[in-house]
Amino acid sequence: MLQEIGVQNIDELYADVPKKYLLKKPLNLPQALSEFEVKKHVEDLLSKNKTSNNMPMFLGAGCWPHYVPAVVKEIVQRSELLTSYTPYQPEISQGMLQALFEYQSMICELTAMEVANCSMYDWASALGEAARMADRITGRKEILIPKLIHPERAATLQVYADAAGIATKQIAYDKEIGQLSLKDLRNKISNKTAAVYIENPSYLGFIETQVDEISKEAHVHGALFIVGVDPTSLGILKSPGGYDTDIVVGDAQPLGNSMNFGGPLLGIIACRDDMNLIRQMPGRIIGMTTTVDGSKNGFCMALQTREQHIRREKATSNICSNEALCAVASAVYMALLGPEGLRELGETIMYKANYAIWLLSKIGRVRTPIFKSAHFKEFTVNFDEAGLSVKEVNTELLQRHIHGGKDVSKEFPELGETALYCVTEIHSKAEIEELAKALEEISARR
Amino acid sequence: MFKQASWNEPVIFDLGRSGRRGHVLPRTEEAVRQAVGDLNILIPENMRRKSQPKLPELSEVEVTRHFLRLSEMNYGVDSGLYPLGSCTMKYSPKINDLLADLPTLGMLNPYQDESTVQGILEILYRLERWLAEITGTYEVCLQPSAGAHGELLGTLLMRAYHRFDGNFEKRCEVIVPDSAHGTNPASASMAGFKVVIIPSDDDGCVSLGALKAAVSDQTAGLMLTNPNTLGIFEKNIDEIARIVHEAGGLLYYDGANLNPLLCKARPGDMGFDIVHINIHKTFSTPHGGGGPGAGPVGVSEELAKFLPVPSIIFDGESYRLDYNKPQSIGKIRGFYGNIAVLLRAYAYILSLGGEGLKEVAEVSVLNANYLMKKLKGVKGLDIPYNSEKPRKHECVLSAKPLKNETGVSALNVAKRLLDYGLHAPTIYFPLIVEEALMIEPTETFEKKELDRFIKTLKKISAEAYKNPGMVLNAPHNTAVPRLDEVKASHPRTMALSWRMHLKRKTQNP
Repeated sequence: MLQEIGVQNIDELYADVPKKYLLKKPLNLPQALSEFEVKKHVEDLLSKNKTSNNMPMFLGAGCWPHYVPAVVKEIVQRSELLTSYTPYQPEISQGMLQALFEYQSMICELTAMEVANCSMYDWASALGEAARMADRITGRKEILIPKLIHPERAATLQVYADAAGIATKQIAYDKEIGQLSLKDLRNKISNKTAAVYIENPSYLGFIETQVDEISKEAHVHGALFIVGVDPTSLGILKSPGGYDTDIVVGDAQPLGNSMNFGGPLLGIIACRDDMNLIRQMPGRIIGMTTTVDGSKNGFCMALQTREQHIRREKATSNICSNEALCAVASAVYMALLGPEGLRELGETIMYKANYAIWLLSKIGRVRTPIFKSAHFKEFTVNFDEAGLSVKEVNTELLQRHIHGGKDVSKEFPELGETALYCVTEIHSKAEIEELAKALEEISARR
Repeated sequence: MFKQASWNEPVIFDLGRSGRRGHVLPRTEEAVRQAVGDLNILIPENMRRKSQPKLPELSEVEVTRHFLRLSEMNYGVDSGLYPLGSCTMKYSPKINDLLADLPTLGMLNPYQDESTVQGILEILYRLERWLAEITGTYEVCLQPSAGAHGELLGTLLMRAYHRFDGNFEKRCEVIVPDSAHGTNPASASMAGFKVVIIPSDDDGCVSLGALKAAVSDQTAGLMLTNPNTLGIFEKNIDEIARIVHEAGGLLYYDGANLNPLLCKARPGDMGFDIVHINIHKTFSTPHGGGGPGAGPVGVSEELAKFLPVPSIIFDGESYRLDYNKPQSIGKIRGFYGNIAVLLRAYAYILSLGGEGLKEVAEVSVLNANYLMKKLKGVKGLDIPYNSEKPRKHECVLSAKPLKNETGVSALNVAKRLLDYGLHAPTIYFPLIVEEALMIEPTETFEKKELDRFIKTLKKISAEAYKNPGMVLNAPHNTAVPRLDEVKASHPRTMALSWRMHLKRKTQNP
C-alpha cells in the first residue's frame, strides 16, 4: 500500500505535522492486555460495586431501578442496530428508522402529544432545550419553575437558559401538601413569562393535582406550559396532553434501560401538533413517508432544516448524536407491556410504594411522607423526631445491606433531615418490610 | 450480489391482537393491596387516566420477530465498509459490549454511597487520566453525552473564562472556519456567541490572512478541527495558535478527527486550550444508530476550575465525587455522563495500549491515503485541494465533473454504492467542496475491502457514463427504493408519529 501511495514509510504521511509535535516517547498509558485479561480486570473492578442486585435499593431520584426484560437486551445487541450510524442513508437504514418512529409514536400515545423526537440526552438537558424552545416561540426571557424541582435539572436548566439570556424564577409550594402555590404563581407570572414548568409526579414523588389551574394560568398569560414526567406513571395517571400541555419532557430510562450509574439515560421531548412548536423542536425527528414511486411506506429523518448540519449557527439546537439505541430499547419495552402492561406497571409501583409509606408511617419517630398528597413511586421520609441525620440513617442501613433513600436535606434545608425513597415493581413485600424493620430499629436507638 | 432484507414489516401498531401482552410483571402481593386499598381512591379523581394509551398489543414472540426483522433491514459496521467521513465508523470489539452490559454496572444508581461504587469510580478516574494523557490536557471531564454536548461545554467554558476576567460582554465572538462541522457554529451560538465564519485558503487550510482580519478584542476563541474536514493537517497550527492567543482568545479542538493523531501528536501540545473527544468515534464505542455516545472535554490547567461538578478525585485511599468547585459552570446534564459508553472506551484503551493506539492512527492514515491515491483519475471524480499532499484519516472527492457530464450527482453515487452492499460516504460535506464525497475508511478495513470499494466506485463512474438511469434511480437492492424525503417534512403530509399519521389521513383522505 505504501508503494501504491508512493512513500517509503508511514512517517512520510505525517510529514506535514510540525516535527516538534510528533511524539518521541510513548505516552504514559497501560500495556495492551489480552481479551481474557481485560475481561478479568474490568469484572474485578466492577465487582467492588454493590448494586441493587446485591442489596435492596430504595434510591431513584431521576434514575430508577426497574427490570429490563430479556427481549430488550437481545434486540439492542443486534449488530445491525448497535453498530450503525445516524440513518443519513434511509434506504439502507429502514430498521433503525422504523424502530425510532415507533418509539416516538408510543411516547406520543403515553403523553397524548402528537410529536416526539427520537431522543435527548436526558430529562435535565431536555428541560434546558424546552426552555429555549419556549423563548424562541414566545420571544420572552423568563421561565417559572417549581421550588421543589430536581436539583440537577434546575442546575442544567440554569446553564442552558443563562446562555440564551433566559432567567428562571422559582414558585413556592404549599407547606402542608407540597402542591405548587397558585398564589405565588399568580404573583410571579406576567406577560414576560415564556413558560411555566412543573414536574408530575414531582421530584419528591407526590402527584401535582392543580394541573388544570396551572395550565390555564400559563395560557392566559400567553406562556407555554411545560410538564416533566416519569413515563412509568402514565399507565395510570392522566397524560400531560389531557391538561393542555404544550411541551412534555422527561426520562424514558425506566422504560427498558438500566441505570448504569446515571447514563446513558433517555431524554423525552414531545409537543403538540402545532407548526410553531414543531419548527422549534431540537434534535432528530423520524417521519413516515413513501418511496418516490409511491409504492411503499418508508421512514426517514424529517425537518432536517432545523438541524445543525444544515442550519449551522441558526439551528434550533446543536444536538447531533443522541440516545437512539436507548430509544429502541424503550420501544421494545413499551411494545412488550402494551396498554394493559403499562397500567399494571403503574399500579404495581403505586401499590408497593404506598405499602412502604403505610409501613414506614407506623414507625413512631419517622415521618412519611412529609406532604399530605398522593404519591406515586417516590416519597419523603423525615428523621427529625428521631434526632438522626439522613447520613447516619443511611450508614446504618448500609451495614444492614440496604441502600437507603437520597439525602435531600441539603437541597431543601427547610425540610429538615429528609430522604427521598423509591419503590418500584422490583421491590418485594419482604424487602419493603426489611426496610421498615431496619428503620424502626435505627430510629428507636436514640 | 447484495440484496438487503425487505420485509414489508407493518408498523407495530398494525400488529398483534387486542388483549395480548409480551411481558409478565412481578405480582403485587394481596396483603399489599389490602393495606393500600383502592388506588382509584388514592389517585385524585382529576389525575386518573381514564382511557388507556393506544399502544400495540403483542406477544413476546411477536415483539421479538418484529424488531428482529427491523434489524435485518439495517446496515452497521459489522455488515461491512461504512466510510462515513468525520464519523470514524470503526469496529467495536465485542468484549466491550459484554462488559458494558454487566449488572455490576447496570444496577448502579448514581446516588449510591461512594463506598459502594468504588469500582466504577476507579475506572472513570483512570479513564480521565488516560484521556488527558492522550490529548495533552490537564484535566478531563467525562460528563458530556455526545460530541456536540462536549462542544457546548467547551464554548460555555470560553464564556466562563472571559466572564471570570470581566471580559465576557465584550468577547462575544467565536470564529469558525467555513470547513467546520455544523455542530461548531451551532454550539457556539447555543452558548450565546456570535459566530464569525472565515474562509479556507486555496490549500484547504485556515487562511491566516482571514484569521488575522477576524480576530479582535471581541474574539472569545477559535473552534478548529485538526486534521480538518478535508483530512488535511493544519500546517500553520503554530501561527494560528499564536494569532488567537495574542488576541486574547482560546483555541478549541473539535475531536471528531482525533483518530489519526492517537499517540502520534497531541492537541494540548499544539496550543489547544479546550479539546473534546468523540468516544463513539475515536474510541470505538458503537454508535447505536445515532447514540448514545460520549464527548469528554479536556482543558488546560487554567480552565479546569470551570469544569462541571462533580469531579472524581482520589485521596490515596478511596475515590470521591467532589462538588466543591465554586467557579464551576454547574451542570450540563444530570449525573456524571454516559457511563456504559465510557466503560467501553476504558476496555478499548486497555486492549490496545499506547502502542496499539498509535498503530490505529497510522493504519487509518495509510488507508485514507491509499484510497485517495487509487481513486485519483476515476472519471468524473475530482480530488480538490492538491492530491499530492498527504491526507490524514479521510479524503474528500468531488463528483462535480460527473454531475456536469452525466447528470449523476454525489447523492446518486452514494445511493448506488448501497446497491453494492457498501455504505455511502458522507456527502455534501464539507460545504467548501461541491458535490462532496467525504471518505473515512478507518483502520478497520483491510486492503481487499478497500480495493472492492475502489473497484465499485470505478464501476459506478462507468455506469454513469454508459447507463446513467441505473445510477440515477438507485438504490435498487436496499429494503426500500428511494424515499420521498420532501413529503416527510411537508406540513400537510408529515407523519411524525402514528397518531399524527392517522390524523393526517382523515384530514387529507
